[in-house]
Amino acid sequence: MRKMSMDDRLALNAFHTDEENSHIDVDLEFKDEAEIKKLLLACPAECYKYIDGKLQFSWLGCLECGTCRVLSHGKIVKDWRHPQGEVGVQYRQG
Amino acid sequence: MNEDKFDAIIVGGGLAGLSAAIVLARAEKSVLVIERGDYCGAKNMTGGRLYGHSLEKIIPNFAESAPIERVVKKEKISLMTADGALDIGYSSSKLSSRPENASYTVLRGKFDQWLADQAMEAGADVIPGIIVEKLLMEDGRVVGVEATGEEMYADVVILADGVNSLLAQQLGLKKELEPHQVAVGAKEVLRLGEDVINQRFGLRGNEGLAWLSAGDPSDGSFGGGLLYTNKDTVSIGVVATLSDIGHSELSVPQMLDRFKEHPAIAPYIEGGVPIEYSGHLVPEEGYGMIPELVGDGVLVTGDAAGFCINLGYTVRGMDFAIESGRLAAEAVLRAHEAGDFSAQTLSVYKTLLDGSFVMRDMKQFKGFPAILTERAVFEDIPEIADNVCAKLFSVDGEPSDGVIMYAVNAIAQKTSARQLVDMITRILEAF
Repeated sequence: MRKMSMDDRLALNAFHTDEENSHIDVDLEFKDEAEIKKLLLACPAECYKYIDGKLQFSWLGCLECGTCRVLSHGKIVKDWRHPQGEVGVQYRQG
Repeated sequence: MNEDKFDAIIVGGGLAGLSAAIVLARAEKSVLVIERGDYCGAKNMTGGRLYGHSLEKIIPNFAESAPIERVVKKEKISLMTADGALDIGYSSSKLSSRPENASYTVLRGKFDQWLADQAMEAGADVIPGIIVEKLLMEDGRVVGVEATGEEMYADVVILADGVNSLLAQQLGLKKELEPHQVAVGAKEVLRLGEDVINQRFGLRGNEGLAWLSAGDPSDGSFGGGLLYTNKDTVSIGVVATLSDIGHSELSVPQMLDRFKEHPAIAPYIEGGVPIEYSGHLVPEEGYGMIPELVGDGVLVTGDAAGFCINLGYTVRGMDFAIESGRLAAEAVLRAHEAGDFSAQTLSVYKTLLDGSFVMRDMKQFKGFPAILTERAVFEDIPEIADNVCAKLFSVDGEPSDGVIMYAVNAIAQKTSARQLVDMITRILEAF
């Protein structure tokens, strides 16, 4: 089977996105690469990216699993909440 | 205010919350279920398989009307190396032979909506699409919830808000999850068609397969792969324990790709059309991660309470969620009889759990998480199995040692006799 890009994978899902408000507060200035790498490897939606020595984050494809909070709360993840009602991923299969 | 007060508010319209709602509504209690998704199930994901016994107690013969996918009649476990797999398969009319021992493949987006319908039919109110931001407190007791700025009151609040129960954390009933306590699961649902699934997996009618694997899919990390046949789709996924992230250079989505491309898997899913991609945390530590289960005016159920067991060959959580929801409801009914919702009165919930299969099984298998953090299970054993089987099944005209001696040597290269005995002892003790 052809390998899918993460964008294609996430495009399969139904999302109600809130482009204004993130439910996760990320410290984009965080420098510890070992810590950053954990999130790059673990986030199933690849919400975290590390490009040219700079941490980037987008909540729009977030699957709300909580992995980043458990791995890095108080470090990269400053605050993590569930999105507002009806916002975010809506699994039709699940 | 009192006119608007519910007998119980349930946060979370998953299996635990809805099971509690059905039991309470049938006893003519006023029940409000608040679900943050568009509909019940919208935020939920399972591998997955539901062992039906606990829902059977609430809705006998539920599988006749519920949107189950298939009845599991075949089990398969694989130890995988990069290009090999040692499979153990079992199929029998003894599997899922009656409602009490049956297991079903399910998809939560559909299944939970059906259970919500049952709760509403029983008389519960179910409001989807709003999030409970915090619990309302009076004199240290939980007296209601605040959702989207609106205050709602109840004699008791049942937390059924899942593995990321921030509300139980806010109350101090539960600590923040630690990486060794949870695994992340990533799953695709692939559409293959009913006939193709039956042909490829050797199934008839609504028979289903549950297939778990360890070894290569997680590249030696603590975790594994899963494949469940649904009606006309398959659920295919990987699970990786968070404390072991980084042992492999593979990311979780890459582990899923690797699993899908594995020669033992790829032919089965060839041509499958992906229709959804999901991710979720699994509470895996078992007995050791169970939080405080009751407080004044509040109880904790399901994944929020860490009720899950992963034995490698069997993964359970949904049957615990349903039973814990039912028992929480029973405890609330007793509290209503007594007219007292203190932690002391509500602690009958813990007594009921202790007397149920939930705590019995959580205690029985509490040594298991330690085995599933034995590196050998994920690295050495699949490789030894691959090499021994290659020897056993290959004929090339060359002279060969006996397979037994070959196996002994293969094991000896990887481990000392002492280590081996230690590990086997730990595995036997865990049972």
